[in-house]
Amino acid sequence: MTRWGLRGVALVYLAFLLMMPVGVILWRTFQHGFGPVTDALTTSQAVHAFRVTAIVAGFAVVLNTVFGVAAAILLVRHRFPGRRILDAVIDLPIAVSPVVVGLALILVYGRNTSVGGWLGDRGFPIIFSIPGMVIATTFVALPLVVRAVAPVLEEIGEEQEQAAATLGASTFQRFTRITLPSIRGALAYGVVLALARSLGEYGAVAVVSGRVVGQTQTVTLFVQERYQNFDQTAAYAAATALVVVAVVSLIISRFLRPRGGER
Amino acid sequence: MSPPPSSEIAAAAPPRWRTARRLPFGTTLTGGLLLIYLSVIVMIPLGAVISRSTDSGWSGFWDQVTAPTAWAALKLTVVASVIVALINLVMGTLIAWVLVRDKVPGRQVFDTVIDLPFALPTIVAGLTLLLLYGPSSPLGLDLAYARTGVVVALLFVTLPFVVRTVQPVLLELDRDMEEAAASLGASPLTVFRRIILPTIAPAMAAGTTLAFARALSEFGSTVLISGNIPLKTQVAAVNIFGQIESDNTTGAAAISTVLLVVALVVLVLLNVIQRWVARRD
Repeated sequence: MTRWGLRGVALVYLAFLLMMPVGVILWRTFQHGFGPVTDALTTSQAVHAFRVTAIVAGFAVVLNTVFGVAAAILLVRHRFPGRRILDAVIDLPIAVSPVVVGLALILVYGRNTSVGGWLGDRGFPIIFSIPGMVIATTFVALPLVVRAVAPVLEEIGEEQEQAAATLGASTFQRFTRITLPSIRGALAYGVVLALARSLGEYGAVAVVSGRVVGQTQTVTLFVQERYQNFDQTAAYAAATALVVVAVVSLIISRFLRPRGGER
Repeated sequence: MSPPPSSEIAAAAPPRWRTARRLPFGTTLTGGLLLIYLSVIVMIPLGAVISRSTDSGWSGFWDQVTAPTAWAALKLTVVASVIVALINLVMGTLIAWVLVRDKVPGRQVFDTVIDLPFALPTIVAGLTLLLLYGPSSPLGLDLAYARTGVVVALLFVTLPFVVRTVQPVLLELDRDMEEAAASLGASPLTVFRRIILPTIAPAMAAGTTLAFARALSEFGSTVLISGNIPLKTQVAAVNIFGQIESDNTTGAAAISTVLLVVALVVLVLLNVIQRWVARRD
């Protein structure tokens, strides 16, 4: 009896909070068939938004992957002064509002600041252009790769690498032949999470991009702008595209998750 | 039991930094590069926010924070986040319990779906909630432009935290003790209260804290459903956004600093809880 009660409460809660909202957007999107959806997603504005998102997320993921692996190795294998501070700084983005991230970047790299002004004069503006959006997205997705890779590095230990070193393998050889293959799964998991987060970033990008239609508009900004301009078809279609991306990355990450929570 | 031997071996070996006086060159280089990277992306910008917030002195900071719209937004954010954290505490634990102990048909699907709020862009989350609980709600439930709408949006984005922290602990739980207690005549409620709850309490606390921190900083999901009515449904992050748009960066920085401090206090608290638990084990 209690068991059925608990089950019922949990399922009803999930249905109302998760399943039904997602179901409704799919229904609204495809209410009038596929035609309007494909039309809405192939306008030049929509195509441009998808391209901007791909560029920004691509750069952010590459940066986070390279520095994520380096940070994980440093944190797990080395003891150095300031290690705990580094550890804490990496988790900081979890607690910082995306809007605050945007504000922070404007205050340092905005057109009116010394750094931003100097770079802008040399034809490399940060704020209201792609570089600022890349930095904002990188900030927001910062912990994901590190936190996925670190536990696996901890587990595999260093014995194999030490053995390889005694046999004369260089640092690079040890990294590509031993470390990389053993963290492959966790790395892929972290990259998928970082990619999903980067593709979906809204708040930080909304602040630093200036939201210029056809220039710095990402897909998430497109959803909001179209909705507020009463072009619901386009807003729903783009939102559904993002839902599909989220669900696919969820399924992929489930297979990649190192020894998942389910047994 | 997950296998912890590697960490035990590591603990048995003398720590490297005591044996080796100088750090290897590669470590120093990587460390230096990382430091620059994190400074450029995270630390200098956040420092700039804090320094900008006190641009016009401490009283200027206070004026910005206690301006009616800002203060109302902060109050709403904190109150809504507390409510959301408490609902998550109960519902998250319950969902974790059902996923682990109750063999619900299709629980693999539910288990995957739980993470959806982490993967779904927040603006999309807000849009879907507005469609279901907005003016054109097929359920006839219109929560848009009301504080309830804000709470629902925050509940959506924070759903996975408690579930995902409690679930692994429940999976590891040894059921012998529960069976022993039951055979000695303990009611299911007593078993839960005396045996299960003490074990999962730290995880529940950790998940709730994370959910609270996340709710405090949430922006995207509340934008569409709340209507951003100042003094009524405007949350702190939206207030900051508005101040940036109207070029009042000092005000925006002041509110941001308050949020940062609250989030930091909460995370330190979480760290203390986790250490206390680690010591108890």
